[in-house]
Amino acid sequence: MKKFDKERLLLAVAGPALALVAAILLTSVVLIASGKSPIEPYRLMIEQAGYSDVQVLIINQASLYYIAALAVALGFRMNLFNIGVDGQYRLGAMMTAVVGAHVALPAALQVPLLLLVGALTGAMWAGIAGVLKVTRGVSEVVATIMLNSIATSLIGYLTLTDNWGVPLGDNVTTGVMKESGWVPGIDLGSDVGEIYGLVFLAIAMGIGYWFVLNRTRFGFDLRATGASETAAAASGVNAKRMVLTAMLISGAVAGISGLPLLLGDVHTYSLSFPAGLGFTAIGIALLGRNNPGGIALAALLWAFLDKASPALDYATPEPYEKEIATIMQGLIVFAVVISYEVVRTWGLRRQQKRVGEELAAAAAQNTKKEVAV
Amino acid sequence: MKILYGMQKPDEGTIAVAGTQVTFGSPADAISRGIGMVHQHFMLADNLTVLENVVLGSEKLYGIGGGARKKIKEISDRYGLNVRPDVLVEDLGVAERQRVEILKVLYRGASTLILDEPTAVLVPQEVDALFDNLRELKSEGLSVIFISHKLGEVLSVADDITVIRRGTTVGTAVPSETTPRQLAEMMVGSELPTPETAESTVTDKAVIEVKGLTVYASGGASMGVEAEPVGPGSLVEAGGEIKKVLDDVTFTIHAGEVMGIAGVEGNGQTELIDALIGTKNADSGSIAFLGEDITPWPTRKRRESGVGYIPEDRHRQGLLLEAPLWENRILGHVTEAPNAKGVWLNPKGAQADTRRIVEEYDVRTPGIDVTAASLSGGNQQKLIVGREMSHDPKFLIAAHPTRGVDVGAQAQIWDRIRDARREGLAVLLISADLDELIGLSDTLRVIYDGRLVADANPATITPEELGSAMTGAASGHLEHVENGAEAAAESAPEDEAR
Repeated sequence: MKKFDKERLLLAVAGPALALVAAILLTSVVLIASGKSPIEPYRLMIEQAGYSDVQVLIINQASLYYIAALAVALGFRMNLFNIGVDGQYRLGAMMTAVVGAHVALPAALQVPLLLLVGALTGAMWAGIAGVLKVTRGVSEVVATIMLNSIATSLIGYLTLTDNWGVPLGDNVTTGVMKESGWVPGIDLGSDVGEIYGLVFLAIAMGIGYWFVLNRTRFGFDLRATGASETAAAASGVNAKRMVLTAMLISGAVAGISGLPLLLGDVHTYSLSFPAGLGFTAIGIALLGRNNPGGIALAALLWAFLDKASPALDYATPEPYEKEIATIMQGLIVFAVVISYEVVRTWGLRRQQKRVGEELAAAAAQNTKKEVAV
Repeated sequence: MKILYGMQKPDEGTIAVAGTQVTFGSPADAISRGIGMVHQHFMLADNLTVLENVVLGSEKLYGIGGGARKKIKEISDRYGLNVRPDVLVEDLGVAERQRVEILKVLYRGASTLILDEPTAVLVPQEVDALFDNLRELKSEGLSVIFISHKLGEVLSVADDITVIRRGTTVGTAVPSETTPRQLAEMMVGSELPTPETAESTVTDKAVIEVKGLTVYASGGASMGVEAEPVGPGSLVEAGGEIKKVLDDVTFTIHAGEVMGIAGVEGNGQTELIDALIGTKNADSGSIAFLGEDITPWPTRKRRESGVGYIPEDRHRQGLLLEAPLWENRILGHVTEAPNAKGVWLNPKGAQADTRRIVEEYDVRTPGIDVTAASLSGGNQQKLIVGREMSHDPKFLIAAHPTRGVDVGAQAQIWDRIRDARREGLAVLLISADLDELIGLSDTLRVIYDGRLVADANPATITPEELGSAMTGAASGHLEHVENGAEAAAESAPEDEAR
C-alpha cells in the first residue's frame, strides 16, 4: 500500500516539475535567440523575491489568484469548463463595492454581508450558464464566454454616473466604501506594506475545498460526475442538478475572488480594477492539478512572476524586458497540458504493468504449489 | 491480442510473421504485415455508408470512389460476405456490421484475421453464417485467430486450439480429440462450472411488478446515459412517428426468482434497464417495487431502497476507471453505510469493506489503492458484483454479468447470484449468453423490437429455439418440440408476456 502512495506522489509531482523545467528551458532559448543572457533574468527575479515588500505583493496577489483558481478547479473536477470566472469576479467585485458604498452596518455584519453579496452575484452570473446548460443543453464554455462580454457591458452601464458611478479625476469609480466594510490587514511597516486580511479567507477556502471534495457525499458525487458522467448517472447522481450546483458554487467562489483587494486595499471598484484574473486562474488551476495545495503553489509562482518581473526593466547594467515573465507563464500553461497527459498515461500503464506482474508472480507461486501437491 | 495488433508492446518475447521476426509499434505496422483485427466492440461510424467506413483511413489503397466500390464487391463476392457498399451503417443489423468489419480488414490486405469474441452479439443462426464465412476465408488461404470463451464454438470452428489462463498458455488441443469438458477443465484449472440452478426457490411474493411500461426513443439532449441504438431499424420509423423502444412491457419477478431476458442486443434491453434503475423515465406504465409505486423515484432513491445494478457496460456505468478500488466501492452507494456517516464520507469504513470484498470475492489485486483500470475485466466485474451484493439488494438487475469474464470468475459470479436467489433475491438477468440464460433463469422472456414477444421454460428450451424467437421468427409460448406438452404444463406463465 505504501508503495502505491509513494508512486502517486511521484506522479503528482512529475507533471508540474516536467512542465516547469520545459518552460524554463524554452524561455532560455527565447533569451538566447534575442541575444540576452539566459540566466541573469532568473537571478534578478529571485533576488527580487528576497525583498519583503515584494513578498507582501506576491502574497496579496496570490490570494486573488488562489480563490479564482479554486473556482475554476471546482468546475474542472466535474468536467465543467467555467471560462466565465473573469466576468463573475468583476461583477461580484463591482456589486460588492456598490453595496459597500451605500450600506453602513457595523463591521461584524458589514463584512459578512459584503462577502455574501460578492458570492451571490458571482453565483447568479454563473447560474445563468448553468440553467442554460441544464435546460437547453447550451455548452457552458460558450455561455460563460458570452457572459464575460455581457458582464463588461453591464458593469459599464451600472457605473454610469446616472446609476452608481462616481467620477474621480478621469476614472470612474463606484464611490468609496463605508469604512466598516474595510478589512484590516497585517501591517508590516510603511516600507514593507500590508498583507490583506482576506488572505486568511483564501487559505480557509482552500481547506474547505479539499474537505468538501474528499470528505463529503456531495464531493464524491461531484468527482464521480467529472470522472464518468455515465457511471455517476447509473450510481444515482442527478447529473442536471449536479451541473447547476457546481456552476453556482464555482460562480460564488469566483464572485469572492476580487474581495481581498477590494476590501483590503482599494475600497472602490474602478476602471483600473485588474481584469483578466479569471483567465489567469485557468492556467493556475491547470498547473495546480485542481488540488488545493498544488493551486496554492501555482498561485504563488504566478504572483512571483508578476511581481518580480517589473524590476527587470530597471536592472543595471543591462535591463531586460519584463515580458520574459509573460512568455514564461504562457509556456508553462502550454507545457503543463502536454506533460500532464504524458505523465497520466505513463502512470496508468506503469500501474497496469505492475499489477499484472504482481498477479503473475502470485499465480506462478500457486501453480508451483499445485504441481507440488 | 493487443500486442499482436500492435496496440501494446511486449516486454519480452518475439512475434514472427511468415518466418520473419517482427516488432509492431502501432496497429499500422501490424496491418502492413497483413494482420487485421475485428474488435469485440465495432469500430464503425454509424452515419457513414459501408463504403465510406471501409475506405476510412486507407483512402490511398483504391481511392474513395468506383475503384473502392469495385474492390469491396470483389471481396464480398469472393468470400460470400454479402455486403452492400452504399447502405448506411446505422441501418445494418449486428451480424451485417460484423461482416463489414471483416471486409474492412480484408480490404486492407490482411492475411491473418484476429476475431475477438465475435459471437458475443450474434444469435445461433448468425453464428453459423459467420462460421461459414470463416471457413470460406480459411479455404482461400487466410489464417484466422478466433478468440472466444464459448467452448462449443471454438471446437466447431477451430483447427487448432490454444488455451490461455491468467496470461500464460496452459495447453493446446486438437478439436477432433477434445470434448468441451476437457477444454473447460484446461481453462479453469480444476472443476467445471455449470450455470444450472438446482432447485426452484421461487416464492409468491412479488418484488418487482412492471405494467405496460412504454418508452419512446428520445431525440432531445439527455444528460444521463445515452442509449446507443445498435439494433435493427433506425430510431424514427417511416412517417415521422416516434418509435417506441419499449412497448407495453409487463412482467412480475418474485422473491427468489431469476427472470432471464433473451434478445439480440439493441431490442430494448438497455431502455428496460434504464427505466428500471431510473436513469430514463417511463413514458407510460408503472413499476412497483415491493408493492410501492417507484415510477417517479430518482435513481438514488431506488438504489438506496434495495435495487442492485450490475451494468451492461462496466467501464461506462459501473466504475470510475482512474479512481482507486475503494472509491469504486463507494460508487452507487455513497449515501449508505459503511461509505458514509450522515453527509460525510467515511473513507476508513469504505476501505475496510473494500478489503473484505477483495477477500470474499477473490478480486485479484495487489491492494485497494490501485486504480480500477489496472484490473482485468473479470476482477473488475467481481468487484462490482461484490459491491452490489454487499448492500443486501432485494432486486438485482444483472446485465451481462459475465460478459468478457474468464470461466473461473464466471462460475463465482453465478454462485453469488444463486446464493442470493436462495435468500429471496429477485433477479432480472439480461444476457447474450443463451447457455447462461437457460441455466440460471427460472423463467425466460424474449425481447424483440421493444416488446416481450415470447416466453419459454428454461428447463426444456434449447439455445436454437430461443435463437429463432430472438430474430422475431417465433412468438408466444415457445415449446420444445420433443416434449412440448410437458413444457407447457410446467411453465404455465404467472403473468402475460404480451
